[in-house]
Amino acid sequence: MSKDMTGAEMVIQALADQGVEHLFGYPGGAVLPIYDALFHQNSIEHILVRHEQAAVHAAEGYARSSGKVGVVLVTSGPGATNAVTGLTDALMDSIPLVCITGQVPTHLIGNDAFQECDTVGITRPCTKHNYLVRDVKDLARVLHEAFYVAQNGRPGPVVVDIPKDVQFALGSYVGPENIEHKTYKPKLRGDADRIEAALDMIARARRPIFYTGGGVINAGPKASSALRDLARLTGVPVTSTLMGLGAFPAASRQWLGMLGMHGTYEANMAMHGCDLMVCIGARFDDRITGRIDAFSPESKKIHIDIDPSSINKNVKVDLPIIGDCAHVLEAMVRGWREGGRSTDGEAMDVWWRQIDRWRARNCLAYRASDTVIKPQYAIERLYAATCDKDVYISTEVGQHQMWAAQFFRFEEPNRWLTSGGLGTMGYGLPAAIGAQIAHPDALCVDIAGEASILMNMQEMSTAIQFDLPVKIFILNNRYMGMVRQWQELLHGGRYSHSYSEALPDFVKLAEAYGGVGMRCDKPGDLDAAIAEMIAVKRPVIFDCIVDQQENCFPMIPSGRAHNEMILGDMAVDLDEAITDEGKMLV
Amino acid sequence: MSHPPERIERHTLSILVDNEPGVLARVIGLFSGRGYNIDSLTVSEVSHERHLSRITIVTTGTPMVIEQIRNQLDRLVPIHRVRDLTVEAASVERELAMVKVRGTGDARSEALRLAEAFRARVIDATTESFVFEITGKSDKIDQFAVLMVPLGLVEVSRTGVVAISRGPEAM
Ligand SMILES: Cc1ncc(C[n+]2csc(CCOP(=O)(O)OP(=O)(O)O)c2C)c(N)n1
Ligand SMILES: [Mg+2]
Repeated sequence: MSKDMTGAEMVIQALADQGVEHLFGYPGGAVLPIYDALFHQNSIEHILVRHEQAAVHAAEGYARSSGKVGVVLVTSGPGATNAVTGLTDALMDSIPLVCITGQVPTHLIGNDAFQECDTVGITRPCTKHNYLVRDVKDLARVLHEAFYVAQNGRPGPVVVDIPKDVQFALGSYVGPENIEHKTYKPKLRGDADRIEAALDMIARARRPIFYTGGGVINAGPKASSALRDLARLTGVPVTSTLMGLGAFPAASRQWLGMLGMHGTYEANMAMHGCDLMVCIGARFDDRITGRIDAFSPESKKIHIDIDPSSINKNVKVDLPIIGDCAHVLEAMVRGWREGGRSTDGEAMDVWWRQIDRWRARNCLAYRASDTVIKPQYAIERLYAATCDKDVYISTEVGQHQMWAAQFFRFEEPNRWLTSGGLGTMGYGLPAAIGAQIAHPDALCVDIAGEASILMNMQEMSTAIQFDLPVKIFILNNRYMGMVRQWQELLHGGRYSHSYSEALPDFVKLAEAYGGVGMRCDKPGDLDAAIAEMIAVKRPVIFDCIVDQQENCFPMIPSGRAHNEMILGDMAVDLDEAITDEGKMLV
Repeated sequence: MSHPPERIERHTLSILVDNEPGVLARVIGLFSGRGYNIDSLTVSEVSHERHLSRITIVTTGTPMVIEQIRNQLDRLVPIHRVRDLTVEAASVERELAMVKVRGTGDARSEALRLAEAFRARVIDATTESFVFEITGKSDKIDQFAVLMVPLGLVEVSRTGVVAISRGPEAM
């Protein structure tokens, strides 16, 4: 059925038809008609952010915590360019977003008009796809296509750039049911023979491991549940990337912790020593592999991914399976049950005994203190105080992010929101806001660093305006700690510009915004303070003063292999630990 | 540790795309953004009714990189199909060039003789110059251009490679 309406009305209608309930945005000249259409309706709630970058991160937090598409609305020119960091972040982490940008009227495009920029040109490399809609008759179709592209296949951000005259123009609206995409039809089901072959390989393996990633989360709760079934049926140990935390429960005996640069000793050693690696929805990123030519030298590798371009990109694999993790894992569970396969019990016993020896190394141990708060201790206490609650954790980027990944334990998918691929400081607060919008009654905590939080601090205003009781838990080490750590390791302890000078008083800052400020600097006071933070049903900035010098371990130094990791209690000359070649890497 | 150098291969890719604004920019942006090589690129509409264009790209890289290029192209939204004509099908390749040569006397007649040997046609002439049109595989055109250098080669304009699979099937 088609109906005549203006382009701006079509935008609202299309969003409503796509089931959109929340929209993160910021107005401006080139989107005024859409804002006017928003004014006349009640089905979609608009969340006014304070910076367009934050609109995108908030939409990411919303999408990741709810499994829905996040939607953003910004104006042309500076509105669009401010959104670029968020779009790149969403592309790197495969987060489904639709970002609508206003554009100058079509007759002015290319004239360097006021607030004109080449939005499709600028965002081409940082979106999954983008559109400039020059004619209102294409608008409804393009909007529905944008939602389709954002969430099908490997998810990602899609930009729809709409000139102002198109927003005013009258045209006929078509609903989503009439849209079929001409070219983009990703394959969901894995090849049945390959799935059988994979199961045979698992049954024959003596030292298998499941290496899982964000793809399992993106494939929805069914994928996580099938992963749990498959792990239980086969007894295979499970590790995950930063992006995949929560897909497999941390409480399971089969859980080895996160792998990679700051992963656990047992996870990395098991990756190095395994004879079969089943990579599920992960992409052999450089944070994971370390030195590529020494990466898991003795293993056969199976790679399950929906994106064929992830296969054989960094690491050559023996058996690729293209498909959606949920479909493939479910087929594997069925195949395992029906095929009467089993793993080699004796070999698995030996393997698990080896893993237990690695575990006994207790790689996350740190020197406790009763005078200063150790950052690891702060996360442990935060976890203890919140683990029985409906909790969503976002982070900024730095040491605190890695400590959160190591010390907070996730039992469920979609609870952990962190910028993995791009590593964007300033991600955590808007992401927590997005999660809080999607889950009004949950506890949403941004585990932050004192440097990162200043990058999108202005979003405190958003939290206040929309009554979002997000908690900003700052591990304040008065350093850009991760930068300081690298300078210690790589640059002779010359801490060039990594000291957090002239910090605001975070307690007063919280109050200035209309929120609640708290400070804690004694380990003995921490539990009570955290309890108070949780009890307050308003936005809180919690300034947790932690040890300044603490480094984040274990660490695989750049350019090293998994079995060359440094642990916190090893007395190594850190300068020696990194080769000249490694210093070139990031 | 040093690895044996991986062998570099030259492949011809044929890409069927929706003929929409920006599609070529997406393809080229992919190559420049990811550091892939483009040895030659041609593009033209091939079906007006179905809005289809065909892009032919000649690229070089290790087998792993070539596979990446193919898969990266394949996931661009407006792309219908990608074929690696070098491995997936027997194919024919041609390129067209226009070659301008300036000279008089012996050099001029020698240029004309060579042009005949290469089945190049004269498509423009003055008393002191020729423009030759030559089609063939790229190496034939390379060779012709080299021969023209001492005879007064002025400039060359080449289309880049177009290619199609042999036999009755479409891509
Ligand atoms: C936007 C942005 N700029 C710069 C960086 C580089 N960077 C990574 S971690 C870091 C320091 C973060 O400091 P802080 O937020 O205090 O966290 P800490 O490491 O101290 O826990 C910097 C500057 C980044 N990741 N993102
Ligand atoms: Mg810090």
